[in-house]
Amino acid sequence: MTVLRPRGAAQALRMYARRPDAIPLAGGTDFMVAWNAGERDGRAVLDLSAVREWRGIRRTAGVLSIGALATHAELGDDHLVRRHFPVLARAAAAVGSAQIQNRGTLGGNVANASPAADTLPALAVYDARIATAGGGGRRLQLSDFLIGVKKNALLPGELITAVELPLLPRRPDRQLFRKVGPRAAMAISKTVAAGLLWLDRGGAVRELRFALGAMAPTVARLKAAEEFVRGRKLTPALAEEACRLLDQDVAPIDDPRSTAAYRLAVSRNLLREFLAPRF
Amino acid sequence: MITLTVNGRRRRYAGPPFKRLLDVLRQDFGLTGTKEGCGEGECGACTVLVDGKPVASCLVPVCQIEGARVRTVESLGKAARLSALQKAFVERGGIQCGFCAPGILMTASAGPAPKSEDDARRKLAGHICRCTGYVHIVESLMAARRKK
Ligand SMILES: Cc1cc2nc3c(=O)[nH]c(=O)nc-3n(C[C@H](O)[C@H](O)[C@H](O)COP(=O)(O)OP(=O)(O)OC[C@H]3O[C@@H](n4cnc5c(N)ncnc54)[C@H](O)[C@@H]3O)c2cc1C
Ligand code: FES
Ligand code: FES
Repeated sequence: MTVLRPRGAAQALRMYARRPDAIPLAGGTDFMVAWNAGERDGRAVLDLSAVREWRGIRRTAGVLSIGALATHAELGDDHLVRRHFPVLARAAAAVGSAQIQNRGTLGGNVANASPAADTLPALAVYDARIATAGGGGRRLQLSDFLIGVKKNALLPGELITAVELPLLPRRPDRQLFRKVGPRAAMAISKTVAAGLLWLDRGGAVRELRFALGAMAPTVARLKAAEEFVRGRKLTPALAEEACRLLDQDVAPIDDPRSTAAYRLAVSRNLLREFLAPRF
Repeated sequence: MITLTVNGRRRRYAGPPFKRLLDVLRQDFGLTGTKEGCGEGECGACTVLVDGKPVASCLVPVCQIEGARVRTVESLGKAARLSALQKAFVERGGIQCGFCAPGILMTASAGPAPKSEDDARRKLAGHICRCTGYVHIVESLMAARRKK
């Protein structure tokens, strides 16, 4: 088999342009499971792990740029991520286990496009953009990047270089990350939620952002509920109506991990609790 | 040719670049302390330290370890001279069949000692033990901490 080992970004893009059939490899925590099972036999591999330019976390004008090769452990520990994007820091700390977080990368989690990936709801509420290189390079909204179960919008020769998060104009009044699974570690989520809520002085909703994973082919923002609560005062009735609207934006299924009915019920409970009036 | 440092010793490896670190340790370097449980990253049996951090060696192709420092359970102590951590596991029943122990011992020796039993459980969340029921493992960790 062929293993291409570029030492830098430019070399990686050149090699990939020449061998667009190669499979990119970052931390390998998704790839190696498939490889060990013989599912990638005979394929060429483009190992990105030595490309320094796509590591690291940088703050530029109004944006936090997280290198595609930043690991979950690095995200969970990074003071900029923890300060400005705590929901993402908590999501990263919920991935697999210490061993998985030390190798697995944010770029890999995004590219892999699993409906149940834990960082994706956090990226969705932070309006993340996916920066790519190869074939010109683009910036894609997360919702345009994720096009189906385990399917992304990357073209042949194109790689993720960074995930960009616009800094929030003001601190949310409430924020939530919650993964629901059979145990705390090493569990694929039955459902996974991220939420941000801003209130105005009178206690009415200025803005709600709420995203759910494992509830649809790709991560889903609850657009109907978000629109409905805007400008309204938080009351039990409002939370109830938002929960009723939840199924307009998701379409959960029965699978070996859970049932559609359970996923809906538990997601509604999470949203109801998040929107509950607090005194 | 790949060079790496294993338990303080420089090693060269010239085989296929995509061999799992787990297999290189066991087959090429004769370090059979590291065990394979699931081969899918789930059980933690194959855990070794790479540059001080626990990783699942069944999910790491050796080409990604070029230049890194690897530590396996063989670095902790010899049968005749066990480390304090290993002794605690033996004395407190943290080891029964022992298959999970090489991985658990490596995670336990990475980073700061756990502050509480809860902390110890969180630290070891990426390990599965089919024998002990975990209570004795947590006790072993806490006992080793008191000895330090
Ligand atoms: C035991 C175990 C537990 C896990 N638990 C969780 C969990 O709780 N939550 C969760 O969300 N995930 C979990 N995962 C999945 C996995 O760890 C994550 O998805 C991780 O973020 C993948 O990153 P990686 O760098 O290891 O990706 P790789 O395995 O290296 O790559 C994954 C895919 O992305 C592509 N890719 C990687 N980087 C790029 C790039 N820069 N540009 C283009 N394509 C790229 C690869 O070609 C491949 O198809 C788990 C995996 C294991 C083995
Ligand atoms: S053998 Fe590697 S985690 Fe189970
Ligand atoms: S002692 Fe047997 S698996 Fe842990």
